Amino acid sequence: MTPADLALAAKDGTVLTPAAEAPALSIRGMTVSYAEKPAIFSVDADFAAGAMTAIVGPNGAGKSTLLKAALGVIPRLSGEVSVFGTPLETARARVAYVPQRASVDWDFPTRVIDVVLMGLYRELGLLGRVRAAHRAKAEACLARVGMSDFAARQIGQLSGGQQQRVFLARALAQEADLYLLDEPFAGVDAATEAAIIEVLKTLKDQGKSVVAVHHDLATVTRYFDRVLLLNVRKIAAGPVAQAFTPQTLAATYGGRLASAQIDQLRLGDGAGLPTGAGPEAGAGPKA
Amino acid sequence: MGAEFVQLSLTPILIGILAAIACALPGNFLILRRQALIGDAISHVVLPGIVVAFLLTGAVAAVPMLIGAGLAAVVAVILIEAIKRLGRIEPGAAMGVVFTSLFAGGVLLLEQSDTSGVHLDVEHALMGNLESLIWLDANGWASLVDPLALAGLPPELGRIAVVALVISVLTWVFWRPLTLTTFDEGFARTLGLPASALGFGLVITAAVAAVAAFDAVGSIIVIAMFICPPAAARLMTDSLVRQVWWSVAFATLSAILGYVLAGYGPLWLGFADAVSAAGMVASVAGAILLLAALMGPRRARLGESRATS
Repeated sequence: MTPADLALAAKDGTVLTPAAEAPALSIRGMTVSYAEKPAIFSVDADFAAGAMTAIVGPNGAGKSTLLKAALGVIPRLSGEVSVFGTPLETARARVAYVPQRASVDWDFPTRVIDVVLMGLYRELGLLGRVRAAHRAKAEACLARVGMSDFAARQIGQLSGGQQQRVFLARALAQEADLYLLDEPFAGVDAATEAAIIEVLKTLKDQGKSVVAVHHDLATVTRYFDRVLLLNVRKIAAGPVAQAFTPQTLAATYGGRLASAQIDQLRLGDGAGLPTGAGPEAGAGPKA
Repeated sequence: MGAEFVQLSLTPILIGILAAIACALPGNFLILRRQALIGDAISHVVLPGIVVAFLLTGAVAAVPMLIGAGLAAVVAVILIEAIKRLGRIEPGAAMGVVFTSLFAGGVLLLEQSDTSGVHLDVEHALMGNLESLIWLDANGWASLVDPLALAGLPPELGRIAVVALVISVLTWVFWRPLTLTTFDEGFARTLGLPASALGFGLVITAAVAAVAAFDAVGSIIVIAMFICPPAAARLMTDSLVRQVWWSVAFATLSAILGYVLAGYGPLWLGFADAVSAAGMVASVAGAILLLAALMGPRRARLGESRATS
């Protein structure tokens, strides 16, 4: 629906298109290298405010690296990063990051509620007491991801999907404007995937911006409204209808994705997206 | 159990307890960060630091030696980082290379220098000298409130007490950021937390604990206390706060039980001589870890999590 809305808005000329305001996240000339081989090379990318954007590309394309380097989790060789038009350092409170589930040790001696309370660190500070209000907020975030019953559980007892939901709850507790998620659907059950996408869509409806590293090409059109195709360099970016095409996918994945697979993808999408919507939506941002 | 205890056993036991706690507190975080070996590394590299300090000053004075040991620990930490990055080898191997070669260098230095007239040898470095830290000026429990007698307390007690107190306060103040960076460093960085500085601060704190404890009790206890009480504590609970309290309890228990068993154990068994207190304290810590591994309530957690995932 969103591309069509965009087109309407543009025709009226009364509603600002998202491109007119500062992007939620803007990356300029970013290069990151592991051991002299560039993981991402000279990437320029703008992630529109109020949109859900997928970062898509083959294994080793630098998708997670892009997010981590943009947030300063890993060092970058070069590149400028701004968040809602201001430098990242002054906008940290507006950004919530959900790392890959496998990046932490789930045997760590802590409970689910304590992990969610970590999202309130900026509020609590070094020595601030955790008060009932903080606990209530953390519990509300757990409720939003359907994990209310697990607050007192040790995190080692959670399934993969439950771990992912706890990480999402921690990000919700941050009450940010931009949510960056690294492979939120990797290795989770179908129920969790549905729950997570529901939460993300709600965030979008509240005007928040969402960027997710995503590996499942089949769900890109259904879940996201914008896409960034990445393979060390930026291959394509824009609304899904324009940037997510057989040509750009072939350019991104090279020989790793057979043309038959791409065809299947487009056929699968045809049911969800009327054929007319593509060109019409394409006219929107140009107008 | 009166005057003689206060004079001969009270101060060594107190020093043992404080040294054990000073090492066990940072040990909790080092183990969770898979850096447990760093305590081992630091406690070995203090030997060359102490020998160099002795060669420069020509005396067995506490302050220059502590400075030498501290500098050696910092050099070792930097070397470990450099080898990790330049050599691209895993941290454990980098630590192993640094601490064995620096310790070996310390042994060679010690052998070549004229330390025959002073109490400085490899055995002392390993075992410390817990039994000799007695309170000669004491003549009973009343001495605890006698300023004259208190002035004669072994200086090691004051030093390790200050270090243990400082480490306890640091653990309390930095609890939240330390926990956060230990659990999820990437997330902590996105909050703007200085994760590298916190990690370095933890290692420096561990180095201070190791050097101060080494001064009093030797490196065997230091190595054991960094690892055994926190590892045993982890098997008792799934809460980090409780884990740290358990580790303090286990460290205290090891120090008391180890000292008493070293002094009286052999007599009870019919042998004539007491054994090394440092060796016995470390052995008790190891035994506690073994018992926790066999009976600790949380020992089966790995199997559980595999079953539910």
